[in-house]
Amino acid sequence: MSASTAPAPAPASPPGSTLLGHARYVVAENPVTGLAFGMAILLVVAALFGQWIAPYDPLASDTAAALQGPSAAHWFGTDQLGRDILSRVLVATSLDLRIAVFSVALVFALGGLAGLAAGYFGGWVDMVVGRLADVIMAFPLFVLAMGIVAALGNTVTNIVIATAIINFPLYARIARAETRQRAEAGFVEAARLCGHGNLSILLTQLLPNIMPIMVVQMSLTMGYAILNAAGLSFIGLGVRPPTPEWGIMVAEGASFIVSGEWWIALFPGLALMFAVFCFNLLGDGLRDVIDPRKRT
Amino acid sequence: MGAMILRRLAVAVFSLIGVVVITFALTRVLPGDTAAYFAGPAASREAIEQLRHSLGLDKPAAEQFADYVAALARGDLGNSLTTGQPVLSDLLSRLPASAELTLLGLLVSLAIAIPFGILAAVKPGSFVDHACRLVTTAGVSLPVFFTGLLLVYVFYFILGWAPAPLGRLDVFLSAPPTVTGFFLIDSALAGDWETFRGALSQLVLPVLTLAIFALAPIARMTRAAMLAVLTSDFVRTARASGLTPWSVLITYAFRNALLPVVTTLGMVFSFLLGANVLVEKVFAWPGIGSYAIEALIASDFAPVQGFVLAMAVMYVLLNLLIDVLQGLIDPRARTAT
Amino acid sequence: MSERPPRADPAVPPQLTPAGGPAADLAVEPGEAPPLDTAPTPPGTAPNLLDSLPPGPIPPAAAFSAAQAEPCLAVRDLAVSFRTRGGTVKALEQVGFTVGRGEIVALVGESGSGKSVTAYALMGILDAAGEVTAGTAQFGGTDLLHAPERTLRGIRGRDISMIFQNPRTALNPIRPVGKQIADVLIRHGGAGRREAPAAAIEMLRRVRITDPERRARAYPYEMSGGMCQRVMIAIALACRPKLLIADEPTTGIDVTTQAVIMDLLTGLARESGVSALVITHDLALASEYCDRVVVMHAGHVVEDAPVRDLFAHPRHPYTARLLAATPTGHASLADLASIPGSLPDLRRPDLPACRYIGRCDRALDSCQVSLQRREIAPSHLVACNNPL
Repeated sequence: MSASTAPAPAPASPPGSTLLGHARYVVAENPVTGLAFGMAILLVVAALFGQWIAPYDPLASDTAAALQGPSAAHWFGTDQLGRDILSRVLVATSLDLRIAVFSVALVFALGGLAGLAAGYFGGWVDMVVGRLADVIMAFPLFVLAMGIVAALGNTVTNIVIATAIINFPLYARIARAETRQRAEAGFVEAARLCGHGNLSILLTQLLPNIMPIMVVQMSLTMGYAILNAAGLSFIGLGVRPPTPEWGIMVAEGASFIVSGEWWIALFPGLALMFAVFCFNLLGDGLRDVIDPRKRT
Repeated sequence: MGAMILRRLAVAVFSLIGVVVITFALTRVLPGDTAAYFAGPAASREAIEQLRHSLGLDKPAAEQFADYVAALARGDLGNSLTTGQPVLSDLLSRLPASAELTLLGLLVSLAIAIPFGILAAVKPGSFVDHACRLVTTAGVSLPVFFTGLLLVYVFYFILGWAPAPLGRLDVFLSAPPTVTGFFLIDSALAGDWETFRGALSQLVLPVLTLAIFALAPIARMTRAAMLAVLTSDFVRTARASGLTPWSVLITYAFRNALLPVVTTLGMVFSFLLGANVLVEKVFAWPGIGSYAIEALIASDFAPVQGFVLAMAVMYVLLNLLIDVLQGLIDPRARTAT
Repeated sequence: MSERPPRADPAVPPQLTPAGGPAADLAVEPGEAPPLDTAPTPPGTAPNLLDSLPPGPIPPAAAFSAAQAEPCLAVRDLAVSFRTRGGTVKALEQVGFTVGRGEIVALVGESGSGKSVTAYALMGILDAAGEVTAGTAQFGGTDLLHAPERTLRGIRGRDISMIFQNPRTALNPIRPVGKQIADVLIRHGGAGRREAPAAAIEMLRRVRITDPERRARAYPYEMSGGMCQRVMIAIALACRPKLLIADEPTTGIDVTTQAVIMDLLTGLARESGVSALVITHDLALASEYCDRVVVMHAGHVVEDAPVRDLFAHPRHPYTARLLAATPTGHASLADLASIPGSLPDLRRPDLPACRYIGRCDRALDSCQVSLQRREIAPSHLVACNNPL
């Protein structure tokens, strides 16, 4: 017994014992998570319908209207070619989110399954996965991503692959740790006695069990994946002009900062921050929903 | 302690072998024509074939790897097509610029983040705590190149306090005689205070950019570690013994909280070395990051490969340093296997 | 305490040098008895009694006669509540008891009964969610519950010290144990910075750690639990306190060394006239080492009596059940759990006056609304409307 735990007997059941009820409770307790949900919905809407919402063609240049600051006609101003920045920022949402979603899905498939297998089988599988993760972790991750894109070729697909590879150790380790915790559990033993094979146990028993933790991780990595992809395109990798993408738009605006045309870099930069901030908050919020230690 | 260092050295050697294998694999086991990559986009077919032979790319992979390792052992990282110089000497001449920037960025962020995290943990729910939570959440969402540009806009364009983001030294000043390669140290050694001030003013914004970037993870970990340690049994003992708040906080709590913070530094370095590349581009900083970007744009692969290898080697060595530091702080780490 | 046992160890080297006094003034020749002084004295001037260890524990009655006269600690009406997500927990209510000079009192109850919270409240180290809402605790002219933090900091570790359960985690894991003892000595002026290391080694010798010079440089993880608890005792007694609070001192220690630790703890306390409050759930331990037992249940003191009275004639139904659970009087945590029902939810706004009502087979209607606390026999207090 310690002073930090109030000497209370078993507390009354919390408001709502279902997951949904608990989610509602978490949102009520922590309105920031609700805010994050709202931000995520905005992003998804921009990604799906950006093309139609955008007031101008994101690629249409209009040299007469070049380098204009924010105005009623161009809320976010125009760039050096007279393209409408608001339209470009909106349309870019789709590409940036797609890069992040695909890379996260890829690393979930690769890292998650590798970790699952390592945790379940142990032995040489565990050793191989562990060593692979160690070697990737021996590089500064952004630098490794640069090297991978440079080697595989300068394309958007390779940015997705590079982003997935540098997140591999994180996913593999979490999946491995979560699986190991459960591999000896009663329900796994029960499934084995019922005649389930290893593959069946992995996919039907263990995978669903580690899913919640992995989903939290995916949300947290989404933000990092967006930052990483934007960083790569900022230094000229992957996305090519004139494709609208936040990182490359900031890079294009960078040269105008010193002459005072701030809007070209600012708005895509803010969009980038907004998206990353949203997924980070969402990840923290989801962790509160899912982490049983925080459930009272 | 000696045995611990030896063990860590073995781990570092293993990591280095992995790094060499991966950098080799990145170039040779790729889809596409490696010789064409190395030769650059403007090379003729004959030139590519000649390069293929001179690089030994027509040999079996195992033999190629042996050649690669042998070349590395001689310090041969190939030549840069853009500068015409050996990659190793290019990297070495640019390394001090990057190192000065990164290390100062880390020092500044440690100096801010650690007291910040401690204060937030000591007074949970206070203004400082809320500020810390905000800064750490917002900080990890800030793209480092964007922070840099914002700082340039505010402190150069609007306020005019900072010099133009164009490298390490104003064009009117000449670099101090090279001793360490760090302009601040070299100019101070030479007693050239004008150059010192010039170098410092060029450093302020990029260092600040990196510091803001590294601030969030360090402050977050300091706060979390301090919160955990402050509720631990031994801090309770220290309080029950009537030790002064300072002694409880520093000698008992903080020294223990330092362990996870130092561990986090490994991750911070990983991020910092990557962020350094972006910051160098924003501030036209003549370090190895800018060098790699120029080579990337020109499809000049040997410098990129050398850069990745050099960064990985430095990172492995930094992690080794962190392990040793941990052994110094924690007696248990010295004997643990 | 009326008599001094003979010195156990004539080979003990000269004593610690209190700040400001040359060592020679206070050095005690082997066999020479320093004057016994149980009155409150400023630190640094009190003669050190710890160096004369008794061969074993003194019979409990020996120290009892002086207890009532002028108590070392008098707690009255202590109430503590905790703010939690689920509401305010009234953890303690109207808790009162005294610890006489040189007396060893046991505070007994099951987990969650408020024993440790009582100790933390007295020490002023409740965590942020806990708050003392009423009561006084008189200790040598100071009300511990209302004294400013600065004053308390001077008292903690010097006049009142505390020993915790799980000694291996209660010590700083990355600081050599000798330094941890020295920290307390330096803080309270028990030794100067230069003398402190030697003084710490001396304390280790007093708690009978072999090879103290080497052990002083060891880290807690290099020691056993029993060894760590000896270090804790050394820290606690380093500044010659007047009151020692031991919170489940044998929890987290090998069963075989528990008795050794208790012998050492109570032996040193009795030897130097230190009053002690021993928190435990182990009635056997209480009967063996303590003079008086205070029984707690759900944040109330339900019974308070000398050991023999309590064991011979328990008056509260709860105490009786505790004792009945084991006819030999050797009740332990497992037996406590066998009492039907559980502690009431202390967050309820409509808590009954008697918190044992839900588990009691002698409950009256009046127990809902009022609770009688009375001295049912000389120095035997009980809080029950229908005592046995």
